[in-house]
Amino acid sequence: MIIAKFYPFIPEPGLMLWTILIFSLFWFLMSKFAFKPIAGALKERETDIQKALDEAKMARQEMANLKSEHQVLLDQAKEERSQILLQAKEAAESYRKEQKEKADSEFRIKVDSALEEIENRKMEAMVTIKNDAGQMALDIAEKILKKELKGDPAQVSFVKGLVDDIKLS
Amino acid sequence: MFLTLGYLTAQDHSGHGHDHKGHDHSTHQGHDHSGHDHSGHNHSGHDHSGHDHKQNAAHHDDHGHGHHHCDCGKHDDKFDAGKIAFHHIMDFNQFHVFGDFYVPLPCFLKSDDGFKAMLSSSFGNAGHGNGKYAIDRYVMVHGTVMRIVDSSFPMGKVEVGCYGHEDIMKDGKELPLYTVSYNGKCLELHEKSTLDGGILGGGITSFYDFSITKNVFTMLLGFLILFLLFRTAAKAYVTRKGMAPKGIQSLLEPVVLFIRDEVAVPFFGHKADKFLPYLLSVFFFIVGLNLIGQIPFFPGSGNVTGSLSVTAVLAVFTFILTTINGNKHYWEHIVWMPGVPAWVKVILTPVEIMGMFIKPVTLMLRLFANITAGHIVLVIFVSLIFIFGGAPTMTQAGSTGGSILGTAMAIPLTMFMMAIELLVAFIQGFVFCILSAAYIGAAVEEAHH
Repeated sequence: MIIAKFYPFIPEPGLMLWTILIFSLFWFLMSKFAFKPIAGALKERETDIQKALDEAKMARQEMANLKSEHQVLLDQAKEERSQILLQAKEAAESYRKEQKEKADSEFRIKVDSALEEIENRKMEAMVTIKNDAGQMALDIAEKILKKELKGDPAQVSFVKGLVDDIKLS
Repeated sequence: MFLTLGYLTAQDHSGHGHDHKGHDHSTHQGHDHSGHDHSGHNHSGHDHSGHDHKQNAAHHDDHGHGHHHCDCGKHDDKFDAGKIAFHHIMDFNQFHVFGDFYVPLPCFLKSDDGFKAMLSSSFGNAGHGNGKYAIDRYVMVHGTVMRIVDSSFPMGKVEVGCYGHEDIMKDGKELPLYTVSYNGKCLELHEKSTLDGGILGGGITSFYDFSITKNVFTMLLGFLILFLLFRTAAKAYVTRKGMAPKGIQSLLEPVVLFIRDEVAVPFFGHKADKFLPYLLSVFFFIVGLNLIGQIPFFPGSGNVTGSLSVTAVLAVFTFILTTINGNKHYWEHIVWMPGVPAWVKVILTPVEIMGMFIKPVTLMLRLFANITAGHIVLVIFVSLIFIFGGAPTMTQAGSTGGSILGTAMAIPLTMFMMAIELLVAFIQGFVFCILSAAYIGAAVEEAHH
């Protein structure tokens, strides 16, 4: 059988009219209530994602910046610490030096006074010894002289002069 | 298997498309009908008062049939897969579900007698998609509303007899002529008006059919399903704002993004937002209807995108958008192509102007042909069961062995074809969408010389 009339290929006004109506309505309603909101939401989400990525990148950058700042601070602190230590060391050193000097000078004063005392004592002892030695010599001489030159004043003064010449040092 | 069975039920109906009263129609074969003027089929919509009918009667007399002998069911009953396939892809005024059960659809009919609105079920059910009654001269023949040409036929609800169908020769074309018997008379029927001007065997007849047909019903259904789907997704973007897509949202989102990034943006650039809703509408409308058409049983099986009327309207939408959005640059390239010698322009301009119209015509034909071909091939594959069965008539049993062989072939072939058609459903939607984008995109493209 030859199909001379191929129905789907024949344009029908009724079907065309309905297609125009339905497709126009479809286009309008879908655009208004579906495609535009969806496309808008998708675009919004994309910009959100881009923004989030950008923000993350910025945060990373900031973190890196902060880290370097920290490093600087740390370095500064370290520097300061070593300076403080150095200063402390110096202070301690100078204090010690001072103390030492102080001690030294006190010691010297003490030594000096001791030496002076010793000298004084020595002098005292000398005087005593001189006196004692003179007396002894006189006594000896007296005894000698009593025996030989009993009562000769010339002799006495001569001996005395001799005694004086003896320097006990 | 399930799908194949669906086709069988659909086919069962279409296979019995005609009344079978055992008449032998072979006497009609080989006669020369070309000498007759059957202009009744191609009338301008007026003056059908009996004139056509008389001619029809004369035609019948020629073949030895009396005026009173209607050719009800005179056809040979031999199984004809082609006929079934062509029947399957037609549009109807009622929706066949199974057996003799039809979902009634609203009929809106316009003739010189005025406007008539009713349900298709008002015609009654005489089996095989035929109506029992004529209502205001309208009758239901094989699921399609037709009109009794004879204006003397009583208006209102009148019980009619059987329906006849024969192929007559007119202008070198073999065209169907439908008749109905009433009071022992054979009355010619008019099919609804079509816009082909008689070239394709249609033309303006005595009435127009603006009914919600099977195709319109399918379109409305597709509209509803798509709208609900997208509405759900669109709402999810509000309620689930800032969250990852889920459910329907994640089903539709990649497709929407694909159309946006692969179709709209490449062709429209920064104007993509303006044309994206149209491209998405075209894509989802076509794909949705293609897929619904793939379902072999109610409410599927409608050959909507395989109807030229539908694809033509869609192509016209693209054509209108192209034309109204065309900028100076676009029109300049059509009317007077810059940068070519004058004599080339003389040739080029008519070609470009023809191209303006050929582009939407190719859109229209490509979609129509692909979807229609898919439907036909599917029905033919299912028909293998009956072809191999070799039943002598539609009502008689064939060989069981042959039927089993046919079934064994039909199942894998049908499944394969349905898989291909699933792919075609998306491909054709995408092709229509991307070519629309290309045509409109070329019209809005900025000059860049």
